[in-house]
Amino acid sequence: MKICVCLKQVPKKDSILRIAQDQKWIDERDISYEMSEADAYALEEALRQKEAHGGEVIVISMGPERTRQSIKEALAKGADRAIHLDDPIFEQATDAAGIGRAIAAALKDEGCDLIMTGLQSDDHGFGQVGLIIAERLGMSSATIVMEVQIETGSVRVKRELESGWFQWVRVPTPAVLTIQSGINQLRYATLKGIMSAKKKELREVKAADLNLTADDLKPLQSIERAYVPEKSKQTEFIEGKPAEIAARLVEKLRFDARVF
Amino acid sequence: MLLSGFDFLGLDRFLSDEEKLVRETVRRFVKNEVSPIIEHCYEQGQFPTELVSKLGKLEILGANLPEKYGCAGMNSLSYGLIMQELEAGDSGIRSFASVQGALCMYPIFAFGSEEQRVKYLPSMATGKTIGCFGLTEPNQGSDPGEMLTRAKKVSDGWVINGSKSWITNGAIADIAIVWARVEGDDVRGFIIEKGTPGFTATETKHKLSLRASITSELFFQDCRISDENILPNAKGLKGPLMCLTQARYGIAWGVIGAAMSCLEVALNYARERVQFGRAIAAFQLTQEKLVSAFVEITKAQLLNHQLAKLKDEGYLKPVQVSMAKLNNVAIALNCARVCRSILGANGIMGEYGIMRHMCNLESVYTYEGTHEIHTLILGNYLTGFDAFR
Ligand SMILES: Cc1cc2nc3c(=O)[nH]c(=O)nc-3n(C[C@H](O)[C@H](O)[C@H](O)COP(=O)(O)OP(=O)(O)OC[C@H]3O[C@@H](n4cnc5c(N)ncnc54)[C@H](O)[C@@H]3O)c2cc1C
Repeated sequence: MKICVCLKQVPKKDSILRIAQDQKWIDERDISYEMSEADAYALEEALRQKEAHGGEVIVISMGPERTRQSIKEALAKGADRAIHLDDPIFEQATDAAGIGRAIAAALKDEGCDLIMTGLQSDDHGFGQVGLIIAERLGMSSATIVMEVQIETGSVRVKRELESGWFQWVRVPTPAVLTIQSGINQLRYATLKGIMSAKKKELREVKAADLNLTADDLKPLQSIERAYVPEKSKQTEFIEGKPAEIAARLVEKLRFDARVF
Repeated sequence: MLLSGFDFLGLDRFLSDEEKLVRETVRRFVKNEVSPIIEHCYEQGQFPTELVSKLGKLEILGANLPEKYGCAGMNSLSYGLIMQELEAGDSGIRSFASVQGALCMYPIFAFGSEEQRVKYLPSMATGKTIGCFGLTEPNQGSDPGEMLTRAKKVSDGWVINGSKSWITNGAIADIAIVWARVEGDDVRGFIIEKGTPGFTATETKHKLSLRASITSELFFQDCRISDENILPNAKGLKGPLMCLTQARYGIAWGVIGAAMSCLEVALNYARERVQFGRAIAAFQLTQEKLVSAFVEITKAQLLNHQLAKLKDEGYLKPVQVSMAKLNNVAIALNCARVCRSILGANGIMGEYGIMRHMCNLESVYTYEGTHEIHTLILGNYLTGFDAFR
């Protein structure tokens, strides 16, 4: 079983975020980064499947040099080798289409049985990269996966639906699974694992290696404006005697909020 | 601002990816496994024994000893960062790791026979075997050379008589590294296993500091051990003192974790708490407190980073460790007190953790050579006069 995990490095959850000067994204100075949460669960799931069925876990990540820190963390936790898409040209790819295209190109010849991604990233939250990779590589796919059972030639997965409903589906392999946070318990890297990660293969891939140009990765979608949520609603306090308040409230609920 | 924000001088720039990962891993461990339970443990006066095997699994115990003995073989900087993160959680947890690694595994590694190393180190690294270190006695604290515990040679081994007090991990330990004077001769170190007839340990209750750590008294009454239980390569007080240098190095790092933790809480609180119509962080007096803690923490970080370099290159002198222990514990304690005051009444509450750190640091100020004793060590170095007596 060859499993590849796509992981993205995102600003740490407890970072204090500021909007950048150009109002297109956050100010990235003085921010620390970490592996996106759902990706960490995808990695954990891949490692557990490898432990149960044997095989290899590869991690792939696209991002600037700092991304190596998260890649090394994945290697320290037990991934066997890593691919780092590190090239200024890749910085062009700011939407799911570009990112998906680049990653698919890098994985084209790997022959993975499974590709696991997080359900969505903690920063952009597109939730599309996994599906785009599946489409580009002609693999089947399942999203919001809560449990994975590997079979011969297929994989049975439990998907989360709305309102506490779940669904079991069988998808033929090779397949892309987008993993939901919390499906397993994350391990810690061990100190020896951290030291041995140094010796594992970490292959750097440039855009030219994939025959991709900046034009190929031009975003189809862009962020118009990043801003702190603006207050658009006003809280109204109803004052008076209880009976009057109740009457006013019923009126408001009926005619303004229209809840009955 | 966050713990990770206290890197005013950009020391992170000089950390390798691996060193950062080590710190990150232990920080996450502390956040997930220590912080949620520590307040309760402290209140109950309980050491969270369930953490021992988890610390072992992370390979934190004796992390700087060689892989050959099941340890992680980390460098001194990584080791220091581990201690810093553990103590950001609680000094009691760091104390456990210090005693296990620096005071028990280290002497077995440095002074033990190969058989002793192979027998004990791998299982101590996993936390399966817990150690304690017995040097202090009821009547001999700062002056351990006057110890009363005696070891007498008999045909097939040794007989130990005496007692040790204030021994961290004592009541839960599987082995004790005990320092005893051989009649008319040197101080020697012995490995005494739990259950050896004549050896008992009782817990010292009612502490108001390091409540999430076990402290005990050890008693030896005609306790017979075999020749295999003596550490062959430690003769004289130099043996235990070398162990203490290792542990003090870890303390110098650890207490800065506690101090950063206090400052982080106080800073966030001061920004939010409004009095007289303004955040209390906007008052000059509050800023002076925050800034002094910030400056002292930053200076202490520099000391630690330099010690780590010296240690790895084999140039570290015990007197330099004395300076770091003396300075860093004192500023951490002061920082905790000052931060406590910034929180006003809330500062005394368990949920903020500052008062716990503050109380813990009172012990750290005293153990591993009191603040005064380290002052005398440095005084002796500086003036050439020994002022101990
Ligand atoms: C929580 C805790 C855990 C501990 N864990 C361990 C452990 O695991 N193993 C172990 O062996 N010990 C342990 N200790 C003991 C600790 O190392 C001693 O408490 C310490 O060495 C001081 O000894 P003392 O308490 O007897 O104080 P004393 O030596 O009696 O000192 C009392 C005061 O007098 C001062 N003083 C002493 N001599 C001089 C001098 N010449 N000049 C100026 N001032 C002086 C001291 O600085 C101090 O302020 C622990 C202590 C505590 C509180």
